[in-house]
Amino acid sequence: MVSAKITDKMRNLRDGYSSALIKLGYENENIVVLDADLALSTKTKRFGTIFPDRFFDCGISEANMMGMAAGLATCGKIAFASSFAVFATGRCYDQIRQSIAYPQLNVKIVATHAGISVGGDGASHQMLEDMALMRALPNMRVIAPADATEVEDVIPKIASEPGPFYVRMGRADAPVIFVRHNKFKIGKAKLLRRGSDVTIISTGTMTAEALKAYDLLKKEGIEARVIHMPTVKPIDKKAVIKAARETGLIITCEEHSVIGGLGGAVSRAMSEEPVPMRRIGVNDVFGESGDAMELVKKYGLSADNIAKNAKDMLKKKKE
Amino acid sequence: MHDKELIKELQRKALLIRKYVIDSVYRAGSGHPGGSLSIADILSCLYFHEMRHDPKNPRWPDRDRLVLSKGHAAPALYAALAMSGYFPVEELKNLRKTGHFLQGHPCMLKVPGVDMSTGSLGQGLSVGIGMAIAGKLDEKDYRVFVILGDGEMDEGQVWEAAASASHHSLDNLIAILDRNGLQIDGHTEEILNLEPMQWRWRAFGWDVIEIDGHNIEEILDALHEADKNDKPTLIMAYTIKGKGVSFMEGSLSFHGKPPSDEQYLKAMSELNQAEEELNG
Repeated sequence: MVSAKITDKMRNLRDGYSSALIKLGYENENIVVLDADLALSTKTKRFGTIFPDRFFDCGISEANMMGMAAGLATCGKIAFASSFAVFATGRCYDQIRQSIAYPQLNVKIVATHAGISVGGDGASHQMLEDMALMRALPNMRVIAPADATEVEDVIPKIASEPGPFYVRMGRADAPVIFVRHNKFKIGKAKLLRRGSDVTIISTGTMTAEALKAYDLLKKEGIEARVIHMPTVKPIDKKAVIKAARETGLIITCEEHSVIGGLGGAVSRAMSEEPVPMRRIGVNDVFGESGDAMELVKKYGLSADNIAKNAKDMLKKKKE
Repeated sequence: MHDKELIKELQRKALLIRKYVIDSVYRAGSGHPGGSLSIADILSCLYFHEMRHDPKNPRWPDRDRLVLSKGHAAPALYAALAMSGYFPVEELKNLRKTGHFLQGHPCMLKVPGVDMSTGSLGQGLSVGIGMAIAGKLDEKDYRVFVILGDGEMDEGQVWEAAASASHHSLDNLIAILDRNGLQIDGHTEEILNLEPMQWRWRAFGWDVIEIDGHNIEEILDALHEADKNDKPTLIMAYTIKGKGVSFMEGSLSFHGKPPSDEQYLKAMSELNQAEEELNG
């Protein structure tokens, strides 16, 4: 089991990204960072201030940025390319497909501002299909860290692992749930709560909501298993099947479309041994402008909706 | 003035590239002969004279790079690579065949000597920029050549890259534009007007050299001159699609179609005759 709890400390995942990048920059001179005119928002600018020679603001041209990152990678550079999730994946899907994933180049696409919690900018900026797009690409691995601590574990790990990665983060501050740093294992689920009545599998900052849902359920005598699945691809199939066998009910939670993300990956993983499953995510609709936390609630991405679904599933099971 | 023997030798090599293009596309039963034939002379000058490369060490960090942005001209690139010694020329017969490594479009993971996988148009120049920047960062003196098609000038990404290359003052980047005037659906000017092409590039901060892309001396001179510039250089090579095979020259239909049995024999006999004439 991995130690995790909702702490009072809020940290932005992007701060974790920039601190990890800077540390890497000092350790390895082959680290280069590219951005597309969002360097202040993605916080890559901090790297650029310290290592101006290895930082490239490409302007508002994501397609060109991905190609440049690919070219740098062919020459032995470890290229981090950042933008908002909506632009970093959808805007340049073909460049990622042809120039990064197919030739399996050492490019790390690290996107911020994923999900509905982008808030006020509205649907045009609320990327809900990025994991689906990136999951579908051969050679691409997809990671959604839960908090800033985990981001700091993920970034050096993917830098040391050759080949392409997609890492997604949201915009909002998020509660720190991992107090201590851990060596990040790609493709490994993190068991956070051991219950056996129902399993909640979550990814990204939704894991904080999953932990809150655990507390809500516990008050009603329900022991939920909580699994944090930072690596959406390759998914930890063993952990999924084990949870399905031992608890008989699965709920997936993600700030992403219910199509093609964690829910898709988990249902595929347990398709040979299926158990009743529900997917909590955005239900195949575009988002809208609003306050981040209000939107999260409105679209059912909060702890109380997870707990409600868990209770409902348990009730149906008994019937 | 270049050595006459050198020019003759590069012409010979270009003819051989053309023969391999016709032969491999014919055997494959599909492929793009027109745009492969138009860059044969350019590839001959690059691989057999201008570029610093070592077929025994395809990943040599100090080598000059070549990105074939117009990846559908793979048959010509493969011919140049095989003739250079990256892999046996016999492999050219297996172009596009199941279980063999010569993919329809260049794949860097499968084909020794291919510096970048391409095929989706408009992406190669951006990659070349990344390679050129890496060269500057590592204080290496290699050059990066990118061969562009004029059809792919329609792609917006080319112009993102054009701005980026001059912004970064990449004097180690040389783009060669295969200006054959044809794309799949018709004449480039009828599909989407590209003129004044050279002024577009100049406006984006590039040096432009205009040449006849089938004249070995002009190609060599341009590559030499490009070396001396402190800006990225675009060599605008005016070419003829299908060059070297009479019925393919300027023909739209041979953009992506192999020759029939009869056409294959005619094409090979024309190229053989040209070879004999060259050898006098």
